[in-house]
Amino acid sequence: MRFARDVMIGGMDVNEVLLPGVGMRYEFATRDGDRMSVVALRSGEFELMAYEGVDADEARFVFRLTREEADILAEILGAPRIAERFADLTKEVPGLSAGQIEVRAGGPFVDRLLGETRARTRTGASIVAIVRGEEVIPSPGPTQVLRAGDVLVVIGTHDGIAQVEQIIQADQ
Amino acid sequence: MKVSVALLLELGIILATLSLLGTLARRFTLSPIPLYLLAGLALGEGGIAPVPAAGAFVETGAGIGVVLLLLALGLEFTVPEFAASLHRHLPSGAVDLVLNATPGAVAGWLLGLDATGILTLAGVTYISSSGIIARLLSDLKRLGNRETPAVLSVLVLEDFAMAAFLPLLAVVATGGTWRQALLGVLLALGAVLAALAVSYWWGHHIGRMLLHLRPDAEQLLLRVLGVTLIVAAVAEAAHISAAVGAFIVGLSLTGEAADQARQVLSPLRDLFAAVFFLSIGLSVKPETLLPVLPAAVLLGLVTALTKMAAGWYAARREGTGRRGRLRAGTALIARGEFSLVMIGLVGVRQDRLGALAAGYVLLLAVTGPVVTRFAGTRPAPSAGTSRQVRTGGEKLDLRGEHPAGGQPPRQP
Repeated sequence: MRFARDVMIGGMDVNEVLLPGVGMRYEFATRDGDRMSVVALRSGEFELMAYEGVDADEARFVFRLTREEADILAEILGAPRIAERFADLTKEVPGLSAGQIEVRAGGPFVDRLLGETRARTRTGASIVAIVRGEEVIPSPGPTQVLRAGDVLVVIGTHDGIAQVEQIIQADQ
Repeated sequence: MKVSVALLLELGIILATLSLLGTLARRFTLSPIPLYLLAGLALGEGGIAPVPAAGAFVETGAGIGVVLLLLALGLEFTVPEFAASLHRHLPSGAVDLVLNATPGAVAGWLLGLDATGILTLAGVTYISSSGIIARLLSDLKRLGNRETPAVLSVLVLEDFAMAAFLPLLAVVATGGTWRQALLGVLLALGAVLAALAVSYWWGHHIGRMLLHLRPDAEQLLLRVLGVTLIVAAVAEAAHISAAVGAFIVGLSLTGEAADQARQVLSPLRDLFAAVFFLSIGLSVKPETLLPVLPAAVLLGLVTALTKMAAGWYAARREGTGRRGRLRAGTALIARGEFSLVMIGLVGVRQDRLGALAAGYVLLLAVTGPVVTRFAGTRPAPSAGTSRQVRTGGEKLDLRGEHPAGGQPPRQP
């Protein structure tokens, strides 16, 4: 684990900072130049902050979200975008495809959070749905817990999907 | 079974009083620790109400409180976070250690304490209260600030340093030779490193064992507590202190198992830690407090400044501006539970040391959080001190929090 690093998530430069004992902080600037950060607390709660004005080091606290509220916010922000991607890009962009990956019992991410796989950050491919028995979980958030037997629906390049498969089905 | 009416009544009154004090402290977003200490001072021999029947329970409970405090600390701890903090803030940790242990040691020497006393006082002034400070940073909404990772890293490094320091103190306190002390420290460090290795490579196996057959909360509580007390007893017998034993158990649990253990243990920890703080207050005779008060105040003043310097340095390493450095420095001032753990370890048989440390913690556990609240905050109208309409009259300040003693709202 690195203390702080810059990662590219979907073409945006995100600064990841470790808050030892508390959680992680993700900072980024919007296209308009406003800077904001999301603190993911160990408790599963989130804090949203904005930076502005005199002291660039000091965040202005905006909201604290419970796990459920954060899920709902993620759904509101993420769902239409992923649906669009699914509909448009697979048809229009050559090289983009969909795949299905099973979460096998005894795998490294059984009973872990989807976010912990960091699949999209590492491969560029997106997990757009989880099929669990009869149930389908559309556009799962990072706090979605993976269970043995889940089938992940993945959109990405052929290589990206293969890499996600390697991550999910790696030996411990 | 025969129940002592006096015990139930005294204990009930004590807990009710603590709960009242705790509510009061939270109201002003202050730590309840100093109030628990004061309650202990007020009770007991020479105080307003002696509590003879509850005494034995408090004494036993205090030992369990220390074990649970350290267990919880170990459960919070993860190897990757520690490694990352060490990598980034080793110099900050070293500056912090030198600047803050030295004043305590010098003060102990000037006061004519023995080696144990000097060592204890060095530990007392060194270790900031990670409990108070982590909560404070969250309450003051500083988790998004640039200096916060530096503050938290310093705390993680201090907690780890304490694991090496406690066995040294334990051996020296029992009158062991320096060779035995060295052996104790090496043994403890070896055990801590072994626990870290176990948690890093086999943590999920241990977790699986702990969560075997999906225990309910009661089962999990008994499992974790049982194992912890056994390991603590073994550690105590090996002269590396029960506290370190409990810390080791906490360290070796990670992930899901640690989360669940933390959840079921947290109310128990709160109860027994309160009893522990109370017992420290009880064991200090009120009349011994007054003579050492000037020394406690002076030591508090000096080590508040040295902590500020350490925090300033750590925040500068994060590239923070002056105000951020001031915030980091003042945030670290608070001393609390672990300073008291050290006093508890050597026992308060040294009257003066106990009184000095109790007075010192009392002082800094209260002033630290208050000072940092007003240090390095935004001078601009959006300081979050009141709900007010900002220039333009459209945006409302979303932070409606009124800090205790509230600053008057400043107009643009």
